[in-house]
Amino acid sequence: MARPKPRISRESNIEFIDDKSGARMVHYGTRFREVVLPRGSRVIYPNAPLEPLGNPKAAIRYALNHPEGADPFFAQLKPGMKLTIAIDDISLPLPPMKSPDLREMILTELLKQCAEYGVDDIHIIIAVCLHRHMTGPEIRKTVGSKIYNEYYPDRLYNHDAEDLDNIVELGETDHGERVRLNRRAAESDLLVYVNINLVPMDGGHKSVTVGLCDYISVSAHHNTHTMHRCHSYMDPRPDKSRLAKICNRMGEIVDKELNVFHIETALNNRMYGGQLAYLGRPETTWSEFDRAKFQGSCALLERLPESARRSFFEKIPSHYELTAIHAGATEPTHDKILDACFKQYAVPVKGQCDVLVSGIPFISPYNVNSILNPLLIQVMALGYLFNMYRGSPLIKKDGVMILFHPCHESFNRTHHPSYVEFYHRILSIGTNSYDIHQYEREFAENPDYIHMYRHGNAYHGVHPFYMWYWGDAGRAWVGKVIVVEPENLRVPKQLGWDSAPDFNTAMDMARSFLGKPHPEVTMSHAPPIMIADVEA
Amino acid sequence: MRAAAFYDVDGTLVGANVIHAYAFYALNDSTLTGKLGRTTKLLASLPMYAVADRLGRKFFNDIFYRNYAGLHEDRLWVLGEELFEKVIQKRLFREMLDLIKRSRSEGYQQVLITGAIEQMVRPLARYLEVDAWFANQLEIENETATGRLCPPVLAGPEKAAFIRRYALENDLDLNACRAYADSGSDIPMLSTVGRPIAVNPDSNLKATANAHDWPIIWAK
Repeated sequence: MARPKPRISRESNIEFIDDKSGARMVHYGTRFREVVLPRGSRVIYPNAPLEPLGNPKAAIRYALNHPEGADPFFAQLKPGMKLTIAIDDISLPLPPMKSPDLREMILTELLKQCAEYGVDDIHIIIAVCLHRHMTGPEIRKTVGSKIYNEYYPDRLYNHDAEDLDNIVELGETDHGERVRLNRRAAESDLLVYVNINLVPMDGGHKSVTVGLCDYISVSAHHNTHTMHRCHSYMDPRPDKSRLAKICNRMGEIVDKELNVFHIETALNNRMYGGQLAYLGRPETTWSEFDRAKFQGSCALLERLPESARRSFFEKIPSHYELTAIHAGATEPTHDKILDACFKQYAVPVKGQCDVLVSGIPFISPYNVNSILNPLLIQVMALGYLFNMYRGSPLIKKDGVMILFHPCHESFNRTHHPSYVEFYHRILSIGTNSYDIHQYEREFAENPDYIHMYRHGNAYHGVHPFYMWYWGDAGRAWVGKVIVVEPENLRVPKQLGWDSAPDFNTAMDMARSFLGKPHPEVTMSHAPPIMIADVEA
Repeated sequence: MRAAAFYDVDGTLVGANVIHAYAFYALNDSTLTGKLGRTTKLLASLPMYAVADRLGRKFFNDIFYRNYAGLHEDRLWVLGEELFEKVIQKRLFREMLDLIKRSRSEGYQQVLITGAIEQMVRPLARYLEVDAWFANQLEIENETATGRLCPPVLAGPEKAAFIRRYALENDLDLNACRAYADSGSDIPMLSTVGRPIAVNPDSNLKATANAHDWPIIWAK
C-alpha cells in the first residue's frame, strides 16, 4: 500500500482523500484494519498532545495553595477533623495511565499536608457509583503501594451504593431530584474530590453527585428522557446537556450542605507512547520504521487468540501527562479545567457528513481489564463516538455510521453479569428505550445482581440499561449503522444494526440507503480523543 | 403470579456440609466408646465418601447416612439445636443473609431445599424465617435412627421434582422463580427455575453456569 500523502496543511487537522492517498488505519477491536476511503472523503485527526506541565508535583501544590473560590487546602485543616477524599475510579483515564497514577501524586500531597496539620481521621473512597468495585491490585496500582498499605481496606475502599444504612439524603431539588450520598462523605467536615477530567462530561457537579450517590439519585438523570435532551454529552453547557443541567441542580444542594473542595485535572491526549506512539499520529507522519512496526503488529495480532490480544493491550498503559490542575469551589475550578480540556480536544470542522466512518477500539470506560461486550460496542458507537461534538453532530440527521469491529458475543461474567441477561432477554423484546424501560427496576432490584455488585466486582444490575440509554441520542439521530467485518453476525442484528463483509460493500449499502451516489464521507480518526466543533 | 427463591443449604448458605454435621453428632455421642468409634470411623471413611460423592449424590447418601444408625431420635433433635448454635450459625454466609433479606422484600417466598437431615435444618429455617423448608428425614424405628433415609430422598433430580410440585401447589410461576446451589449435583434443581444462580460453585456447576450464562455468586 502506498504511503499516504498529506493533502492540506496539518493545522486544520483535516485531510482530504484523493487518488494518491493511501489507506487509513482504523481500530478493529484488539486488531487494526486499513481502509481505502472514497476520493473526496475527509479524515479528521485529533490535535497533537499538548505540552505537559513541567513539574506536576509543584503544580499540585500550587493548586492546593491557590484554589479558586475557596480557602487553601491547608487552611481548612484542623486537628481532629473528619476528612474524606473521594477519587475517580478505574474508568478514568483510558487506558489506565503509567505509574505513578495522577491520583497517587495528588493523594500523596494531600496526605502529607494532612499529617502536617494533625488530621488523621481520613477515609479515601473510590467514587464508583454503580460501576464495578475495583479489586485490591487495581486500587494499589491507582494509589500506589505506600498509601494502599496504610489505608486499605479499612480506610480506603469502594463506595457501596447499595449499603443503604450508609446512604444519607441531603435534600431534593425543586424538580424533585433526590440527592442521596455516601454517609461518610456527607458527614465529614471536609470532602475532597480528586478528579481526572478525561472528557468534558466528567468533573464539576457530576463528580460528587454521581460518584458517591445511589440508584435513586442516579436515576434522576440516567434515563432515556434526559439522554434524548443532550446535544451533546460532551458539551457541558446546561442548555446543551440536560445531564449536566440536572447534575448542576443536584450539585448545588451538595455544595449548600457540605464543604467540598474539588481538585480537577486535565490531561493531554498521549494515549500511546514508546514504540506505539506512532498510533496516535496521522499515517502521513509515520516513518518507514513506523509503517513496518504497524504491519508487523497487524500480522502478529491476527495470529493471536482474542484473549491474548486483550491481555496484550491491557498491559500497555497510556502515557497521558498533566496539562492543568486547579482546585477549590466546584464551578470556578471546573470552568478552568474545561478550558484546558477543550484546548486539547476541540477540532474545528466545517460541515456535517452523510457517512461517518470510524473504528471501535479495544477499550471503553466500562471494560478496563475486561471484555468489550456487545452493549459496550454499542455505547462506544452511539454513546461516545456520536457525542464527540459541540454545535452540530458530525453526522447529518439520518446519516450512516460505518464502524469497524469484530463484534464477538462474549461477556465477562464477573464484571457484567446483568449485561448477559439484558442482551439476550431484553434486546429480544425490543430496542426502544421507552419500551424496555419497564424492566429497569427489575434489574436494579435483583438481589443477585446487587450481591454481585456489593460483594464481587460486578457492575450494578441496572447498568446495561444506562448503556442502552447512553446510545439513545445517537440512535435517534443516525439513520443506519453498518458494521464492517463482524465475526458474529448475530451481534449487529441484536443491536439493530446492519453488517457488511468489507468497507466497499458497506459504502454501497450507505449510498443505497441515502439515495446518493456520492455521499460526503468523513472518517473520525479516533482514538486518541477529539471533540469536533462542528459548524453545520 | 407469585414466585419463590429456593436455596440449597450446605455450601450455599452455610460453609459446612453433611459431614461437618455428622462429625458434630459423633463427637457428642453419649458414650466415650461411641464417641471414639464414630469419630474414628468417620475419619477413616472420608476418602470413600469423596469417591461416593463423585459417583452420585444418591449413592453418597445411601452410604453416608448409615453412620446415623443407632442414634436416638431425641438426641438427634437436641444435638441439631446445638449444632446450629455452635457450628452452623457461625458458618452462615453473611452476604447470603443480606441476599435473602432483599429477596424477601422483593416478594419472593423463601424456601430451603436440602439434602441435609431435618434435625439440622429446622433451627436454621427458624432462624432465617423462611416460608417453607424441605430436608431429608432419617428413618426412625423404636425411636432410633436406622441409618436409612425415608424416601423420596432429596438429592439431585428429586430436588427438581420437589420444586415443580411446590410451585404447582402454591401457584408459583417457575419461570420467575430463583434457585441457589453450589454443587454439580444440583444442576437439575437449578434447571427447573427461570433464574438459576450458582453460589460458590464446584467445577462441574461452574462449567455449566458458564455454558448457560447463569450468574455466579461468590459468597462468604
